[in-house]
Amino acid sequence: MSMLIKFIAVSIASGTPILFGTLGEIITEKVGHLNLGVEGMMAIGACAGFMAGMSTDSFVIALLAAFAAGALSALLYAVLTVTFMANQNVTGLTLTIFGVGLANFCGYYAIGKSETGTLKLPEGITSQMRNVNIPGLSDIPVIGPLLFSYNPFVYIGIAMAFILWFYLHRTKTGLNIRAIGENPAAADAAGIKVTKWKYINICLGGGICGIGGAYTIMIINKGVWISDCVGGLGWIAVALVIFASWSPVKAIFGSVIFGALRQLKYYVPAAIAIPGAFYDMLPYLITTIVLIATSIKMSREKSQPQSCGINYFREER
Amino acid sequence: MKKRALSLLLVLALMCAGLTGCGTKEGAKESNNSTESTQDTNQKTEGSEGLFAPVPKEEVKVGVLHLTDPAEGSGYTYTHEQGILEMQKNLDLADNQIVRKINVDDSDASSVQTALEELVEEGCNIIFATSWGYMETTAAMADEYPDIIFSHATGYMSNGTNFNNYFGRIYQARYLSGIAAGLKTESNKIGYVAAWGKDNSEVTGGLDAFAMGIYSVNPDAEVYVKTTNSWYDPEGEAAAAEALIALGCDVLSQHCDTPNPMTAAEEAGVYGVGYNSDMSKEAPKAVLTSVLWNWGAYYTTAVESVINGTWDGSNYFGGTKEGLIGLSDLSDFCAEGTKEAVDAAKAKIESGEWDVFTGVIETNEGTTVGEEGKSLDDATITGGLNWYFKNIIEK
Repeated sequence: MSMLIKFIAVSIASGTPILFGTLGEIITEKVGHLNLGVEGMMAIGACAGFMAGMSTDSFVIALLAAFAAGALSALLYAVLTVTFMANQNVTGLTLTIFGVGLANFCGYYAIGKSETGTLKLPEGITSQMRNVNIPGLSDIPVIGPLLFSYNPFVYIGIAMAFILWFYLHRTKTGLNIRAIGENPAAADAAGIKVTKWKYINICLGGGICGIGGAYTIMIINKGVWISDCVGGLGWIAVALVIFASWSPVKAIFGSVIFGALRQLKYYVPAAIAIPGAFYDMLPYLITTIVLIATSIKMSREKSQPQSCGINYFREER
Repeated sequence: MKKRALSLLLVLALMCAGLTGCGTKEGAKESNNSTESTQDTNQKTEGSEGLFAPVPKEEVKVGVLHLTDPAEGSGYTYTHEQGILEMQKNLDLADNQIVRKINVDDSDASSVQTALEELVEEGCNIIFATSWGYMETTAAMADEYPDIIFSHATGYMSNGTNFNNYFGRIYQARYLSGIAAGLKTESNKIGYVAAWGKDNSEVTGGLDAFAMGIYSVNPDAEVYVKTTNSWYDPEGEAAAAEALIALGCDVLSQHCDTPNPMTAAEEAGVYGVGYNSDMSKEAPKAVLTSVLWNWGAYYTTAVESVINGTWDGSNYFGGTKEGLIGLSDLSDFCAEGTKEAVDAAKAKIESGEWDVFTGVIETNEGTTVGEEGKSLDDATITGGLNWYFKNIIEK
């Protein structure tokens, strides 16, 4: 029983970095831009958040730095794809390669400068990012560990999902944004500032991905710098966008499921002999199944924004 | 139509994701499933005269092929890099006398060959290929360039002249670290994060030696093992460690390349035995000791022999005696008597009378391995340990 509760708790925590990546990608795709650079933006966010945390010993500043760095790297993508209309897939993939490389490079440089040959966040910041412990609430059996004992990122991620849902589906701006993603020409004709909102959303999305990157280095690696700290989570986030059918709230559940699939291997008793590689495959297998299922149903609500991946040439209207 | 093309692209992206996700660092880095023997281990070529003319120290050039980026912090490549740096310091070589090729994917023979050719063009006298997967390409290159020395880590191929292999008896240090863990545990449950399962002899042998070290001081303790299926999986290694702690383990050890099991142990307030380099710098409150590779011992000897002209092409399989492997300093919070017990076992190993895999060993399936009064041979130790010692439980 306690192992089951532990499993649910780690699944929720494990889904959180993917949730950030997915939320970032959803609002990017909602303005019609497929940014495959999630992995790279997460890596840059991780690096910036880590370095800021190292030098300031402040969790909040580290988060802001991660957000800003993610947004900046997304700005690069936005300039290339929105203004210069470069191919989105290629630009995104390049951003991944660039971001991971840049983060590793900075880490290598900083390790070279450090005395111990290791980069570790100071105690002040690690104590702030540990699992919260609310006296009274966290001690309640079952409910305590399931609701009140996560690291701060988990609560930030869930809150952010609801805020983004509200932003996209309950505000006028959100309606405009969705219109841009479906048909930028029509949105443009209706007087919506297409380029402006594309820039804003892409940068916002990159920033959110950056926070996901900060999660990997601060929580998974417990504040010790290692290279390739994102380790492929960015790609899973791209897959989860499809799984969540472009809905921020569904992304919460999707991320928990993906988190569970990633943790499952360590909680299924070895007596049930399933090869480890099978577990590694599960998130992708399930995404493929969802992809097939949604494409059969062809529901407009649940499919990709129609103009996603296609650059908008105003002159072509 | 455009939409169809798009969805096709998405599927491609997904497949791409699948490939990176599953295949990350899965390249057979160390001795993956090596069933072939290390027959030439410690074989000496005739005479002690060197095979190559001495190279003046100012002119010697050393090439290194790294699997990943040394900046990964504590892992495999970092440890090799530390060894290279130590060699550079010991022999007082200039920075431009060492040429590194990093991130050379060992599952891609053509990139290995390109990297090696670049090192040859740079004029390297000796080239260290640090990963298992470089073996065959390096062997071919050694035939092509008989004047250059190629030295390959963790493999089994060699030609007795300009191509040798080097590896270490890491199981000896694992045994010693098991003593520290066995004395420290109170729950009598010790966790082990293993990169690969029973089919990988290197990982399994290390785990067996660790478990035997525990058994020698604490026969009641059990070793729980979880496998990540990867050499380098930051999230998986942390997850495996957390699951082991949830099962009640109060000491963890690892055979994988990130320090995450140790940092997870520190956060949970339990203890750990690190691997590759001294992990007490990542988790100072948790690490009892670390099982160390000190590649510098070999790199110094090898480059020195090139400078002196004493290179004889023999293989190298060093242990605690040669200083190639060892334990980092025991921490203050090790159980009382740990140092004495470790030193006694170490002396026994170094005396040569006894060597971890000596005598009849019981497996966890009730069978036995080995014969009374004999040690397993080196070929079995590097390639044929596919059983778990009796106190190991797969969880």
